[in-house]
Amino acid sequence: MAWTKKILRVNLTDGVISAEPLNMEWAQQYLGQRGLATRYFVEEVDAQVDALSPDNKFIMATGPLTGTMASTGGRYSCITKSPLTGTIACSNSGGFFGAEMKNAGWDMIIFEGKSPTPVYLYVEDDQARLIPADDLWGKSVWATDEEIHKKHQDPQIRIACIGRAAESGNLFAAVVNDLHRAAGRSGVGTVLASKNVKAVALRGTRGVGNIKDMKRFIDTTFEHKKVLAANAVTGAGLPTYGTQVLMNVINELGALPTRNMREVRFEGAHSVSGEAMHEPRASDGKKNLTRNGGCFGCTIACGRISSVDRTHFSVKDKPQYWGNSGGLEYEAAWALGPDTGVDDLDALTYVNFLCNEDGLDPISFGSTVAAAMELFEDGVITTEQTGGIELKFGSAEALVKIAELTARGEGFGKEIGLGSKRLCEKYGRPELSMTVKGQEFPAYDPRGIQGMGLTYATSNRGACHLRSYTVSSEVLGIPIKTDPLATDGKPELVIAFQDATAAVDSSGLCIFSTFAWSLDNIAPQIDAACEGDWSVEKCAEVGARIWQLERDFNMRAGLTGADDTLPKRLLKDAANVGPAEGKVCDLGAMLPKYYELRGWTTEGQLTPETRQRYGLPS
Amino acid sequence: MQITLKLYAHLGDLLPAGSKQNKAMIEVPESISLNELIDHFHIPRPMAHLVLVNGVFVCDRDRDQPFALKPQDAVAIWPPVAGG
Ligand code: SF4
Repeated sequence: MAWTKKILRVNLTDGVISAEPLNMEWAQQYLGQRGLATRYFVEEVDAQVDALSPDNKFIMATGPLTGTMASTGGRYSCITKSPLTGTIACSNSGGFFGAEMKNAGWDMIIFEGKSPTPVYLYVEDDQARLIPADDLWGKSVWATDEEIHKKHQDPQIRIACIGRAAESGNLFAAVVNDLHRAAGRSGVGTVLASKNVKAVALRGTRGVGNIKDMKRFIDTTFEHKKVLAANAVTGAGLPTYGTQVLMNVINELGALPTRNMREVRFEGAHSVSGEAMHEPRASDGKKNLTRNGGCFGCTIACGRISSVDRTHFSVKDKPQYWGNSGGLEYEAAWALGPDTGVDDLDALTYVNFLCNEDGLDPISFGSTVAAAMELFEDGVITTEQTGGIELKFGSAEALVKIAELTARGEGFGKEIGLGSKRLCEKYGRPELSMTVKGQEFPAYDPRGIQGMGLTYATSNRGACHLRSYTVSSEVLGIPIKTDPLATDGKPELVIAFQDATAAVDSSGLCIFSTFAWSLDNIAPQIDAACEGDWSVEKCAEVGARIWQLERDFNMRAGLTGADDTLPKRLLKDAANVGPAEGKVCDLGAMLPKYYELRGWTTEGQLTPETRQRYGLPS
Repeated sequence: MQITLKLYAHLGDLLPAGSKQNKAMIEVPESISLNELIDHFHIPRPMAHLVLVNGVFVCDRDRDQPFALKPQDAVAIWPPVAGG
């Protein structure tokens, strides 16, 4: 259904749950999901709030196309203030949970306050109640999922929950839904834990409704599924190789951050690549990749279902990990592999399972371990701090051990849970933290892909590839090929990607659809479903407004233009091999133009004209 | 002269038998163009989407250029792929 026009508000402090109508004026300005929930959030929460205090709020939001027949329309987002970055946090996830929320009749669930004791929210269509979760506290995501299903005797319930990492205060803990899909970034799980909410369990039976023009919607979504199927990337590349096909591409390009971003090529990249996941292993002849999988309503199905070699040291005494589970995506494989120097595919797959099992963001986890490995190599930390672990680059044993500890919030895993920035500051080496605004980098070195440098520096949630994926253009040629080493034209490119992405993230669709679809394909689907006129121009305008709103929140939270920067390593230490050899990221050549195009002052503040142009709240 | 050819994703099947890690050392004439190399290995041209020589992208219109390669160059080719 398009908007259900209903919000569920859950006051955790006094246990009162109420329904309220959706603000349709805001829906016209911010569409749904990321945009609309951010609009609610900035209205209701002081930007200076301590992210882990009861005064922070936590919103789960769907988009108007979530749960519809539009391909990839299964997304939801978690919006809150991040404990990791102090910025707005918005983490997007697929699976089936978002569609279930819609089918239960809700556009959003807003959590406020803090429950005195652990609870989970159970929603069955119109009925919602908080149920004690003392018995679930201390359990993993997977165990919690199983217990709740058992308790309600209903296999069709969809569950999003936190694991032991979030409970332990780990600052990059995720919310995991459907066992292995995650709203992974910025510590959204940590916020849920701070509110004593263990899980949200949903059952929705209401089906589709509120579509503006049903015939047109059926026609346009059907036509656009054909576009996805006919496209070589969305019709063949992604289902077969998943995102992991990028490992060799980015390595070849000399833009694969390696060993805490000291180097730009990893000698073991092939061993942990999408191609390697297709190779039969020596012990049992099985491949790492069992099959692909898809989220609700998705006709791309990029998901990976994998298994670990039973004879591998990480699982040989743990039969509970011998089955199939969520396999490696590119970003996770990079952070756990090249960034830590580990080239052991089974170790990476097992650690990825652990990230799902206990709700860790694998990007932040791997990057923080990489920083810790550099601290260890430099002798700043020793086995005394690590509890005996030889935390050396390339050690699969160390990676596995530290993942087990971090997942449960024990031993040195507690310190890893601080994230790279706080860890490096604690040990007096802040320059070793590869973060922007406190969030760890993803898998593209901005010395070799310059647009990604500007993307990271200006991202509203700290270093992130999913705020403007210029890799599409700079590397993959989608929609047009640009030179990854050039800075000319990159401010325009980054802004176009940021705005379009904000619109897509607010629609309920998956950003991967944009490897085949542009707003020209997406706007007609929104327009057929949603009240109002949803032209391409309006969608782009809404995307730009969302970007400005998020920026405005961050500025009110106390960030400044000085936070729009990169670690010195990327600005001063040149790449050592490959096409970018001798180059640093030339952020200074891009940022002033970017500010100007955004309508910001030279200090990066929104001007009054810009605020007015987008109609931002005062 | 000798170069390294790397074919990825499903193009890997077009490498000489016994190739490992999606690459093979091959002998090619010095005058070879990238499109001749692509044709020689039976790679359908639309499937040679991303062509990198030593990591640098070579666009479609430059692929007919003779003498495009030097000894020990690495040519890497992908069909249309994406990730994120
Ligand atoms: S493209 Fe992949 S991540 Fe996106 S909805 Fe489909 S299966 Fe999920």
